Amino acid sequence: MTVLLVAAGAAVGAPLRYLLDRAIQFRHGSAFPWGTLAVNVLGCLVLGLLTGLPTTPAVSALAGTGFCGALTTYSTFGYETLRLARDRAWLLAGLNAVGSLVAGLGAAYCGLLAGTALAR
Amino acid sequence: MDFRSTPGRPVEHRAAAVPARRVDPVVLLAIAAGGVLGALARFGVDALLPHRPGTWAWATLLVNVSGCLLIGVLMVLVEEVWPGRRLPRPFLGIGLLGGYTTFSTAMVDAQQLARAGAAHTAVLYLGGTLLVALTAVAAGAAGTTALLGWRRTRGPHT
Repeated sequence: MTVLLVAAGAAVGAPLRYLLDRAIQFRHGSAFPWGTLAVNVLGCLVLGLLTGLPTTPAVSALAGTGFCGALTTYSTFGYETLRLARDRAWLLAGLNAVGSLVAGLGAAYCGLLAGTALAR
Repeated sequence: MDFRSTPGRPVEHRAAAVPARRVDPVVLLAIAAGGVLGALARFGVDALLPHRPGTWAWATLLVNVSGCLLIGVLMVLVEEVWPGRRLPRPFLGIGLLGGYTTFSTAMVDAQQLARAGAAHTAVLYLGGTLLVALTAVAAGAAGTTALLGWRRTRGPHT
């Protein structure tokens, strides 16, 4: 059962990442991977929110492990950071690496605060 | 000139070859299928290496580092072995490896370490994952490039 919930969440999360990334990157068209940054931050916000809410294991599997896990990506983040470095865009590579971590953590904290407030 | 074959520039990794805003439903389906398989693999690793919130998350670290190694391998294969092929990158890269690795869980793992009072461990976890993951992408790409070069010099009979 849990396996099915994880699969269902991922079946939505992964294509949504592609669509959001595409829409954002299409708008900006820059070398900086805004799309991946945005989906990763969004996923951190939602997962932080779930952490603050009193969720059941089923919701956690569907929305946390499945949806947020598949919506966010470390592999694309790592690849894009390295690609910037390979293109000698050192500043952008560093900004992407540090900025993603800071923004992701910040979003996870905002989500947690919101979830805790809602749960009260 | 076809931008995909510009020397020194990798294949634009966002399936940018699809014109304007049209989304290819087959590509979307491949991403969903890959994403499901990747997430299930991550779920399996999580079950094999369970961790309590606020402790070092080996499963997330392992998943993210191995996923980064594999994307390094995959992107060289996509550029050099399967150029112009429609589905390898959406299915394997965006879907499978994207669904397998997770940025949000890594951040929440670190957040929970910090909340448990292990702020130094949280910073070590974040920085360690980043460094090892970036090294893994580079190693995967360099290893695959070297292997392809070695195969070429050995000729077609290998």
